[in-house]
Amino acid sequence: MKVLCVLLLALPAFPQDFATGKRIFESQCALCHGPDGSGGRGPNLRKAKLKKAPDDEALKKAIADGLPPEMPGAWQLHPREVDATAAYVRSLGKLVVEEIPGIPAAGEEIFNKTGCANCHIVNGKGNARGPELSAIGARRNAKHLRESILTPNSFLPEDFLLVELTDAAGKSVKGVKANEDLFTIQLALPNGRYASFDKATLKSLKRLTGQSTMPAFTNIPAADLDNLVAYLASLKGAE
Amino acid sequence: MKFALILLSLTALAQVPFERIRDAAKEPGNWLTYSGNLAGHRHSPLTEITPANVANLKVKWAYQFPTAQNQTSPIVVDGVMYVTSPNRAAALDLRTGRELWTWERPIPKDYQSIGFGQVNRGPAILDDKLYIATLDCYLVALDIKTGQQRWATKVEDYKPGYSMTLAPLAIKGKVVVGVSGGEAGIRGFIDAYDANTGTRAWRFFTIPAPGEPGNDTWAGDSWKTGAGSTWVTGAFDPELNLLYWGIGNPGPDWNGDSRKGDNLYTCSFVALDGDSGKLKWHFQFTPHDTHDWDSAHVPMLIDAPVRGKMRKLIVNPNRNAFYYALDRVTGEFIAGQAYAKQTWAKGLDDKGRPIVIPDTEPNEAGILVYPALNGATIWYSPSYSPKTNLVYVATREAGATYFKREADYKPGTFFAGGGERRIPESEQWGAIRALEPTTGKQAWEFKVVSPPWTGVMSTAGGLVVSGSNEGNIFALDARTGKPLWSFHSGGQVSSNPISFNLDGHQHIAIAANRVLYVFGL
Repeated sequence: MKVLCVLLLALPAFPQDFATGKRIFESQCALCHGPDGSGGRGPNLRKAKLKKAPDDEALKKAIADGLPPEMPGAWQLHPREVDATAAYVRSLGKLVVEEIPGIPAAGEEIFNKTGCANCHIVNGKGNARGPELSAIGARRNAKHLRESILTPNSFLPEDFLLVELTDAAGKSVKGVKANEDLFTIQLALPNGRYASFDKATLKSLKRLTGQSTMPAFTNIPAADLDNLVAYLASLKGAE
Repeated sequence: MKFALILLSLTALAQVPFERIRDAAKEPGNWLTYSGNLAGHRHSPLTEITPANVANLKVKWAYQFPTAQNQTSPIVVDGVMYVTSPNRAAALDLRTGRELWTWERPIPKDYQSIGFGQVNRGPAILDDKLYIATLDCYLVALDIKTGQQRWATKVEDYKPGYSMTLAPLAIKGKVVVGVSGGEAGIRGFIDAYDANTGTRAWRFFTIPAPGEPGNDTWAGDSWKTGAGSTWVTGAFDPELNLLYWGIGNPGPDWNGDSRKGDNLYTCSFVALDGDSGKLKWHFQFTPHDTHDWDSAHVPMLIDAPVRGKMRKLIVNPNRNAFYYALDRVTGEFIAGQAYAKQTWAKGLDDKGRPIVIPDTEPNEAGILVYPALNGATIWYSPSYSPKTNLVYVATREAGATYFKREADYKPGTFFAGGGERRIPESEQWGAIRALEPTTGKQAWEFKVVSPPWTGVMSTAGGLVVSGSNEGNIFALDARTGKPLWSFHSGGQVSSNPISFNLDGHQHIAIAANRVLYVFGL
């Protein structure tokens, strides 16, 4: 009887746990990582190697505890459910790698020619009006990058907030929220500087939810867009 | 004979006899019990700091803890402040914050916190001992003069998931504690220990055994792993000799399939006889909870007129987003209403039972319900000011998509059966709200930018003091909610404020992450 029990425990968890992992993934992970794991707001997981989860232990820890600041933990999952989810995520890595048409080097030229660096910093060059892009390819998949170029307002990061305020002297200021507490707000200004305001002294404070200052680049030729996306997808940040 | 007399008088001269705690209002310069008084008010009768001068409040000293995210509510008595952090206590010189002694108990290597952070919410004091509840589930008594351990009693085995994070409550001759572990399939209880010896005086199980009234509110054997933790300090009425305590969620949290029924006494307040631990009455706020809405709250005991008649009340802004006023002699429901956004009940019936909206339980695909699992308020303290006759509560405004998942019980592991995905941070917020005590009707609110994790303290000087996730420590006008003073602490504030006198002048203390700040004029 004892032997039988040990044998039963030793049986592989597949396939019931695979189904459990898939179900959990689709309901709780897919919002950011895509229903098929190919990424979106979160990174593409259809890769043999995951940068922040090099081994199974790290992957389970990432699922259970989250990866600050963007990925929440799922501490409420049963350890077996974490195991099942991790197994499912690993199975995604065995699938075909995403094909990205376009040439990164050509895309870099488009990036510079189109003036993207006026608002985005890549590897220390450019202005900080918009999000830093040096590691954007490690965090967003190609489809998401493409759609963000075409319709920027539909794909804002969750914590992105454009703010328009009138200060005590009556001066109008527009910037991206860098931080906020109960009494003060800090903005990143178009000139690359930060400014801090006491909220009680402001004449007006408007939160432009769902808006960004990025224009929609709908006129880029298809081949140029492919190259631009390939370039952005190649940006993985400094090791 | 003479020798015996001296011995007797030594015993009689305990530094902090129960009478001092019972009559805490007579010595407003000290802070003698978790909530400042046994009635759970977290209200300081001190009047030196006022709306007119609070803008001059300055840091007088700070104390750095060895660990992060401190939630301690200090005890202050006779020129000494006692603080705790997980498995650690320290006595501090009240004038300077210098350590007078420290005590530590190692946290076992295989200890794990299942479903909560590793915190400690404060000590209790009685006679000549300081009491601390430890993560590995021991109640320890220390000599208040030296920090020497007098006794340590094992409350329960930590391995299946029992733990303690709360400040004990000292009542006459006894020290009362409750346990954490609501996500680990424990069977919760409230324990009272002899303050001198550490011997257990009584235990009240929060889930009735077969044959006891209420066991029939649990399907099958589900009562055995039904949770009902007791992780926040209660209140005590010495005249009625009744102890009031909040009970946590049923387990598994988000999957109620295996535990059909109301699941008594989870998500309830219970009133227990202080001598015997016998149940006098119970009131269940959330029958058959499936959203993790523990009623682990500090009950507030107030006497107030209801329809022209003075009543002994117990009031509570609950995690489920409803405010309740009950008769504390009988448990009878008197009034209640929602004080924060909620989408799970149409309201309360005339017995105070929620009229639940169908299909608001977690399911496989997930369903959006307000409030989120951390509720409209949570463990941190509310406050009642007899000066303004208002209840103050730090309110959380957030919803979540709740999921139901499988749950199988294995000792020492999560037994939760699902979880939540909260709405985007940009849509979450909070407020310090002032409510009328007999109805829960809102008098004012002060908005904060994210759902708070800090309690409130009111003062007779006319202030409400609290803190924010963003690091602000602030004071509001208790009558209007107008902000009057703030200090940026540099760390997330997730604790409870207290107030006391130092050299005859009022001070305020509150922990922010690793630092305890003491402010004075």
